[in-house]
Amino acid sequence: MTVVDRARPARRPRQAADADRGILSPSDLRRRPVRITTRLTHTILLISLIVVGLGPILWLAKSAITPTQDTLRQPLALWPNGMDWANLAEAWTRVEIDKYFLNTVIIAAGVWLVQVLVATTAGYALSVLRPRYGRIVVALVLATMFVPSIVLLVPLYLTIVQPPLLGQSLINTFWAVWLPAGANAFNVLLVMRFFDSLPREVFEAARMDGAGPYRLFWSIVLPMSKPIIGVVSVFAVIGAWKDFLWPMLVLKDPNLQPLSVRLPQLQQFIELDVFLAALAIATVIPIVLFVVFQRLFLNGAGMGGAVKG
Amino acid sequence: MTQITPTTARPPAPDTLPTVEFAQERAARRRPAPLAWFRGDGPHILVFLIPLLFSFVLFSWRPIVDAAVMAFQQTNLVTPPEWVGLDNFATVLQDPLLGTAVLNTLYFAVLALLLGYPIPLVVAVLMSEVRRARGLFSALAYLPVVVPPVVSALLWKFFYDGSPNGVFNTILGWVGLGPVPWLSDPDWAMPSIVLFATWSAAGGTVIIYLAALVGVAPELYDAAEVDGAGVWRKVWHVTMPQLRGVLLVTFILQIIGTAQVFLEPFLLTGGGPANSTTTVLMLIYKYAFQSSMGGDYGAATALSIMLAVVLAVFSAIYFRITKSWSTT
Repeated sequence: MTVVDRARPARRPRQAADADRGILSPSDLRRRPVRITTRLTHTILLISLIVVGLGPILWLAKSAITPTQDTLRQPLALWPNGMDWANLAEAWTRVEIDKYFLNTVIIAAGVWLVQVLVATTAGYALSVLRPRYGRIVVALVLATMFVPSIVLLVPLYLTIVQPPLLGQSLINTFWAVWLPAGANAFNVLLVMRFFDSLPREVFEAARMDGAGPYRLFWSIVLPMSKPIIGVVSVFAVIGAWKDFLWPMLVLKDPNLQPLSVRLPQLQQFIELDVFLAALAIATVIPIVLFVVFQRLFLNGAGMGGAVKG
Repeated sequence: MTQITPTTARPPAPDTLPTVEFAQERAARRRPAPLAWFRGDGPHILVFLIPLLFSFVLFSWRPIVDAAVMAFQQTNLVTPPEWVGLDNFATVLQDPLLGTAVLNTLYFAVLALLLGYPIPLVVAVLMSEVRRARGLFSALAYLPVVVPPVVSALLWKFFYDGSPNGVFNTILGWVGLGPVPWLSDPDWAMPSIVLFATWSAAGGTVIIYLAALVGVAPELYDAAEVDGAGVWRKVWHVTMPQLRGVLLVTFILQIIGTAQVFLEPFLLTGGGPANSTTTVLMLIYKYAFQSSMGGDYGAATALSIMLAVVLAVFSAIYFRITKSWSTT
C-alpha cells in the first residue's frame, strides 16, 4: 500500500472487506451458534470499548462541570447533584488557561509550519528534482530514525542554550520548540514516498511549458500534494499538542508554557473541580481534530506507515 | 491531475513527444540521479534543500555526534569541555540507583509486554470480524491515544486515589475487592503505571493489526476450510502466520518504546515510592536537569548512549534470530 491509498478515503479496503470474507465464512455465519457467539462477542467488545475508551473522557467531561465535593464523595455518580458551569469559566480566566491554551496554539502552529516547510521542500528536492547526491542525503535522514530520541535530549538542549552563530540562548523562546521540530525524518520520508508516486509526465509537461523549478513546486507539486500535507499537518499539530518533556525543558517561563507543561504544576494549587475543567479544555482540540480527521488516524497513515516501512 | 490542467499542464499532443520522452527515460535509467531536463538546476535544488539541511544539521546530525563526544567529556557550559575518558561511564556504573533503574525498566517492559502485547491483538482479531460500523469500533479503541498524555496521566492519577473513595477503588468495591493502594505502594506502583501506559497506547497497535488483518487474502481462509479447519484453527494457522511480520515489528518497537518510558512514571509517581518506579530515562533526566550542582551532562549522555547501544544490539540480535521466521 502506498501513501496515496492511505491518505485518501479508504474505499478500497472497506469494499474488499464487505465483498469478501474474514476469518468466518458466509456459511459459518449462517450457522446459528456461530452467529449468536459472534454477535455476543461483538456486543461485549463494543461495551468494553465504550467503557474503557470513551469512559474516562466522559467522566472528565462530567467532572469538569461538577462541584469538587460531589466528585470527591461520589466520583462515579452518574448525575451530579449540582452543575457547576462556572468551573470552565474560572479555569479559563482565573487560572489563565486561556494564556496557556494560546501558547499551545502558537507552538502547534509554528511546529506545523516548520514541519510542512521542511518536509515539502525536502521531498520535492529529493524525489522530484533528484540531485546526484540525493541518495546520501536520504540515507543520512533515514539513519536518524534509528537513533533513539533520548540520545539527542542533552545535546539538543545544549544546542538551544548555546546555539551556533547566534550568540544568544533560545531558552524561553518559542523558537526552541519550533526549530528542532523540523528535523523529523518520518515526515520527510512520508512526503518523499508520496512525491515518488506522482506521475512524472505531469512534471515533464509543465517543464516543457516552461515552468522553472520554483513554479513547478508552487503551482504543480504543492497543489497535487494536498492529501499528504494534510497527513503531515494533522500529526504535526497533534504531536505538538501532546509534547511534554521538550517544552518543559526549554520553556521555563510559565508565561510561555503550553498546557501540557503547565497542567501538572497547576494541580498543586487549584481546586479539583477547576483543575478537571482545565484538563477537559486541554483535551477538546485533539478530540475535535481526531473526530474530523478520523480517516487519517484510523487508516494508519501515521503509524502503519512507520511499521510497514 | 485535474487541479493543474487550467494553469500549466496542457496535455501534450501524444504524437509529438514520444521520442523525447523515451530518450529521457533511457537517460534516467542509465544515470538515475539527475533527470536530463533538470541539468543545470543544481543551485535551485540546494535552495529547496536548505530547510532540511538547516534543521537536520543543527537539530539532528550535529547533536548525535555531540552525544558521542560529550559522553567522554566534562561539560558545564562555562568552561570549555574537558576530556575525561571513561569517567562518565564509571560514574554512571557506580551509581547505586542504576541497578534499580535498569531493573525497574525491565520490569516495566515485561509487564507492558504481558499486558500490552496480547490485548491489542485479541481486540483487533475480534474487530476484524465486525461487519457493520467497524469505524465506530476502531474510533473508540483509538480514542485514548488522542487524549494528550499529560491530561490522561493526571486524570489517571486521580483515578488511582488509594482511599476507598478513589474512582478505581469504588469500582473494585462494587465487586467486593480493594481498596488497592495503587501508586502509593512500592509493589503496586509499577503495575499501575503499566496499566495506564497500556490504556493510552493500545489503540495505536490495534489499528496497525487491523490494517494487517484486512490484508489477509480471503482465499487462504477458503483453502483452510476446504481442508476442514474450524474457526480456532483458522485463527491459529492462517491469521497468526499472516500477521507474523507485523507482530515481529510491533514487538521490537514496543521494547524500544518501553525502554524509554518517562512521562508515565514522571507524572504519576515521580519515580517513587522508594524509587520503585525510577526508570533509566528518569535517571538520565535526573543527571542532566535535576542536579543541584548544575547538570551532569556527561553522565546523562553516557547513560543515554549506553541505553542506545543496548537497544541497538538487542534489535540486531532480534532481527537476526527472527529473520527466518518472518513471512513478509
